[in-house]
Formats: sequence, C-alpha cells, structure tokens
Amino acid sequence: MAELKLKDVAKTYGGSVEVLKNIDLEIGKGELVVFVGPSGCGKSTLLRMIAGLEEISGGTLEIDGQVVNDVPPAQRGIAMVFQSYALYPHMTVRDNMAFALKLAKKSKEEIDAAIQNAARILQLEPYLDRLPKALSGGQRQRVAIGRSIVRDPKVYLFDEPLSNLDAALRVATRIEIAQLKESMPDSTMIYVTHDQVEAMTLATRIVVLANKGIAQVGTPLELYERPENEFVAQFIGSPAMNLLPGKITGTGAQTTVALDGGGVAVSNAPSTEADMGRAVKLGARPEDLLETTNQDGAYIFEGKVDFTESLGEVTILYFEKVNGADPVIAKLPGIHSDLRGRNVRLSAAPEKVQVFLDGRSLYYR
Amino acid sequence: MNPALQGLLTIVIGVGGCVAYFYFSNIILDKVLFPPRGPNAGRNINRANMIRPWLFLLPALLALGLYLAYPVFETLRLSLTQRVRGGGYEFVGLANYQQMLREPKFWEGFSNNLLWLIVVPAASTAFGLLAAQLTDRIKWGAIAKSLIFMPMAISFVGAAVIFKLIYDTRPSGQEQIGVLNAVWLGFDGGVGSFIWLRLVPGLLLLALAAGAGVLAWSLIKPVIGREGRSPGVIFGALRILGAVLMAGVVFVMLRQTLAVFTTEFPYGQPQTWLTIPFWNNFFLMIVLIWIQTGFAMVLLSAALRGIPEETVEAAIVDGANPFQIFFKIKMPQIVGTIVVVWTTITIIVLKVFDIVFAMTNGQWETQVLANYMYDKLFRANDWGVGSAGAMVIMLMVTPILIWNVYNARKEMR
Repeated sequence: MAELKLKDVAKTYGGSVEVLKNIDLEIGKGELVVFVGPSGCGKSTLLRMIAGLEEISGGTLEIDGQVVNDVPPAQRGIAMVFQSYALYPHMTVRDNMAFALKLAKKSKEEIDAAIQNAARILQLEPYLDRLPKALSGGQRQRVAIGRSIVRDPKVYLFDEPLSNLDAALRVATRIEIAQLKESMPDSTMIYVTHDQVEAMTLATRIVVLANKGIAQVGTPLELYERPENEFVAQFIGSPAMNLLPGKITGTGAQTTVALDGGGVAVSNAPSTEADMGRAVKLGARPEDLLETTNQDGAYIFEGKVDFTESLGEVTILYFEKVNGADPVIAKLPGIHSDLRGRNVRLSAAPEKVQVFLDGRSLYYR
Repeated sequence: MNPALQGLLTIVIGVGGCVAYFYFSNIILDKVLFPPRGPNAGRNINRANMIRPWLFLLPALLALGLYLAYPVFETLRLSLTQRVRGGGYEFVGLANYQQMLREPKFWEGFSNNLLWLIVVPAASTAFGLLAAQLTDRIKWGAIAKSLIFMPMAISFVGAAVIFKLIYDTRPSGQEQIGVLNAVWLGFDGGVGSFIWLRLVPGLLLLALAAGAGVLAWSLIKPVIGREGRSPGVIFGALRILGAVLMAGVVFVMLRQTLAVFTTEFPYGQPQTWLTIPFWNNFFLMIVLIWIQTGFAMVLLSAALRGIPEETVEAAIVDGANPFQIFFKIKMPQIVGTIVVVWTTITIIVLKVFDIVFAMTNGQWETQVLANYMYDKLFRANDWGVGSAGAMVIMLMVTPILIWNVYNARKEMR
C-alpha cells in the first residue's frame, strides 16, 4: 500500500517560474526513497513541499490515503531532519526532543518514555542535559534524528543530512542511518542528497530528478545497469558513462552499432528493422571497458592514452579527445603504469552496453 | 572672523592636529626611540609594537580622564563640602546627603525615576520588538522601519516641543490645536466613549495584568521546584524579587482597571494634560518611548534576521503556531540582544533630563533626579546637594552599566 502518493505535482514561483512539473510518484510503506539530481533540480523543493514548508502549486499529495495539500506540516504525520540540524540552540537535547511533544500536549510520562527510547536508539543518553553547542557535529545530527523519532511519524524526511559532516563522520553516520532504517522496518523515509554513494548505499529506490521532472525511478542497481536515458546514464556512476556516437547497422534481439570512431559494438538491447541506419549514442561504463590485445577482433574504441590515474586497485585511463567531445574514460582493474601515450583498443560485453536513441535507452521501448 | 570660517578652521585644526599627532608620534617611535636597525633591531620592533597601542589610545584616555573620570571625583568631593561666606569650601561630611534625603522633591524625583525605569525600557523594547517582527516580512517594511527610526534623529528637546503641541490646551470654546484635546472633545459620554475610554483601556489593563501575572508565575516556577532545575541563591533571589515586582504591577493594573470603569470623566472640558498628577509622568514617558522604539527596533531587527531560518522551519514542522515560534524559538535566541537594548535604554532613562526640563520642569509631581540635580546646582546654587544628587544618579547607573558592558561583550563573542 502506498504511504505517500504524488499525483501530477507541480511547483511554480510567482506564477511564471516553473521549478517542477508532472511529478507522479508512489512511495510504499517501509521504503527508503532517495531523491538525487544536479543542484537546482528541485529535489529539496520537492521534499519541502512534502513537508508542507512550500506550497504545492498543482496536483495532489496524499499521505496515508489522505490529501494533505492544505494540511499544516505538523498534522501531516511527517518529521524532518534539516541539513544544518536546526536544533534549538537555547534548549537542552532533552528539551529539543520534547518540544514537539509538549506542543502536542502529550503527558509527561509519554514524553519521558519517547525521549528515553530515542536516546537509547541513538546513544544520546549521556548528553540529554547538554546544550547543542556542547555537542560534536555527529552528535548534533543524532539529536536532529532523535527529534524526529520521538514524534513517531509516518514519513521521515531527510534534507541532505550528512553534507555538514566531514568525510569520515559521513561514512559512519551513513551506516548509522542504514542501521536505524533496519531497526524501524515499517517507517517510510525520504532522503535528499547530491551524493551518489549515499543514494546507492541507502536507497531501496532512487528518484533521479532533472529538467523539472523525474528522469527515472528505480532500485540503485536498475539505475546503474539499465539507465532509462542519457541523463541518468551519465549522472549515476563515477566517472560518468562514456557516450559514443554511431549508427545502427544490425537489428534484432541484439543491436549492432558502427561507431563514428571506427569501432563496432554489439548490445543486448533489442531493436526493430525500422531502426536500421539511425544515429544513436552508445553507452559504456568506464569500468565495463576492457583492453583487448587481439588485433583482428571487434573493438569499440581505439585511441591514444593521454593521461592515467593509478589508484592501486584500478587504473583510470583518459584518452585523447576526438573532435572536442568529452574524452573517453576507461577504468581497468589493477596497475597499468605503462599505458600512457600508447594506443589502446577497448571492448565491452554486449550485456554491459547501452544504446540511446534520441536520448532514450532501447531497453525502455 | 565669519563664524562659518571659524568652524572650518576648527575642523581643520582638530582633524589636522589628530592626523599630525598620530603621524609624528609614530615617526618618533620608529625613527628615534626604537629604530629597527642595528644589533637590537628585533627587540626594538617588539618594543615599538608594545608601545604603539598606547600612542593611539592616549588622546582618548586623556580626554575621558579629564571629562569623565576627574569630574566623578570632583563631584564626590563637592558633595561632601559646602560653600562658606566670602569664598572657599568647608568639609561637611554627609550633611548634604542628609539634607537631600529630607526633601520631598528628592523622593518625588526618585520614585518618578523608578517609574520611568520600569515603563520606558519595557515599552520601548516591547514596541521595538513588535515593530521589528512585523516589518520583517512585508514589502513596505523598510519604509515603515525608517519612519519608526526617524524620531532617533530628533533631539529630546525638539521631541518635547512636538509633544507639547500634541498636549496643548486652549480655553473651552476655542479651537483646540492639541491633537489629544481635539480627540478628547470628540467624546460625549455615549456608547463610543464607553468603548474607547472604558472598555478598550480596561481590557488592555487586564491584558497587561494577565501578562505580568504570567511573567511572575514563570519567574517563581523554578524557585518553588515546579519546573526545570532549581536556580542558584542569587538568581533565585532575583527571580523572587522580579515576581514580587510583577505581583505589584498586577495589583496596580487591577486597581486602575477598576478606576477606568468607575471614574467620572469630565466630558467636553479641555484638559491640561501635563498637570494631571501621576498620569502626566506617562505623557512625558511617551516622548522617550517614541524616540527609543526606533533604536530598539533596529538592533532587534538585526538580531531577528540572525536567527537561522531552519530552526523556525523545524518549529513549524514540530507544530508550533506563530506565537509559540515567536516566544519559544525566536525570543530565546535573541535574549542577549534584548538585554543589551533594555539596559542601554535603562541608562538613558536614568539620565533623562531634557524632556522633563522642556515640558514641565518638574512641576506637577513630574520631577526626576537629573532635573532635581540641575535645579539644585544651577538655580538654587547649592553645589553640595546638587552634587549629592549627581552621585545618587551615578550609583544607580553604575551597576546597570557594568551589566550592560558585560552583556554586550558576551554578545560580541
């Protein structure tokens, strides 16, 4: 059953500036959905609309079967964790967590029980009587989460909760959030981030937002293995997927593409007779490209290695630019310090190769 | 010489003198006293840098010493002496103070000063906070703010003259030029008069009484162990004192509410507002409140802007209504600024002189300490008692000043 349902939701500012449109999305109970997208794509705005901090300009938002477009934030059954934690600086940790419950006129016993429970889950017991300024960044983050837990909401909203933490703490807190989600399997969470790693590791489903709308919704590995369009293909994964121009020369259950650079690639994406000869873009992830030494065999790309980065576990090859296009990047396992300046041929397995016709993947036709 | 030229010359000499002083004193320090050359260059640079701050501070220290510190001790000395016939002074101990304490006019000034002390800072800060909050989000807020701030540019005497015109009285039958009397004569004892002169002020007073009651209760709550941690002895005593004060305010407000509903108003008679005892104090205070509200608003508005927007949004998500957001989230975060504003206005109030001097000159029971001091010093030519009055004002200002400086420094950190 859908806990949260967005129907044709739109956001405009001042009647003319369109930020989001045609957002259709259903989020089921117990899911952890991550909104990702480039900065300015409206992912935080969408979250704030769900929270009730921004007005919904069009469409309907349902939480637990009820349209809540005009319901004030506190009565929507949501709780939000802000990027800057937004702790009340003049209140102790205990009072910060109790604030919402006191406003809701809960009894003293209920409030105490809720705070004790949250403090136990988040290991905040020793800090309950401290002010936020006496806490470290990670502890403040936990208080902010605790403030949500005590309210026992239907939906948790996280607005880039880790971006104010340093790298090491970010990893630790990310794991804590994952464990927290596991300990509360029935709670629904929506999480906004611009960090792919957070999205890939935490999400049950990822929503990629771009161009005022949803580019693709799917599990992390769906997005990685079968991106629906060029945008998602390049947005998910680092370094980004290589896109090489070419023409379809063979159709059927498998598609053959002759690349403008001279190579030939076979993809498992199906195509029809009518596609013959059409201009497409071939997508291959850097980590799926393999060096091929067989001089007679098929290859996708051949070029001179301009630059290499050796990371130990992998070596990243940057090929020379062709006609001003983005350089082709390959990620070869192991150490290849001798490849710089040499000509290298690359190939890829058919199931790893995407074909994009007019920006959309052939897998999604 | 033309006065304008004289003024220009003064400016040139003053500013030029300052620049010359700083320039040449530093040159002497660097070239003559501790030149950064020779075997001791490093040591000389360190020494010169240790002396340099004092070079810059010296003029200010001298001026403050001459015009502030020295007069304090001289006033103290004068307050312990008395003129003798034929010139000279003699030491009389605390006789001046004893004489002053016997005078009813001193006690009138003292109690009026206390009244000013309670009403003006509270009203100015409250109105300033209200104005700051209300003008924050509206389009024409900037215009409203500059209008509210404008009285700050008017001198106290100028403001007093403006309000004297507002309170002006003409004999019955003539056209009233004072706004207050013009309004007053519009009341005839009918329904409108009942609403505006009894119901509205009565409800306002009741609201004030309720507010003071709530404040008293919130002050006393931690002391009797009903909420939070028990405060220390000093803060406990302060809280009890505040609560007692607030209880007194509640009592006065309730009594006045009763009076508002029972007093017979002299409808149709133009009133000489500044001669109505007790209330005329408030007519004078309004002048200072009118001026200081702008000051409070500017500082508090800046403080309100400094509150992180996300804490307000978190409170909205937590279910707080606008009043709870204001009183439980915003106010506690700017309490430091509120205290600084409050104490700054308190100090101004303790020194208030011009307004009383220009409007009533302390007649009709409106005397304040500063005007009392002026009366003694320059009208009665009694330097001893006048200085004693000055010392009393200083004693009252000093603790507040120290607290103010302490808070201001804390705010800056």
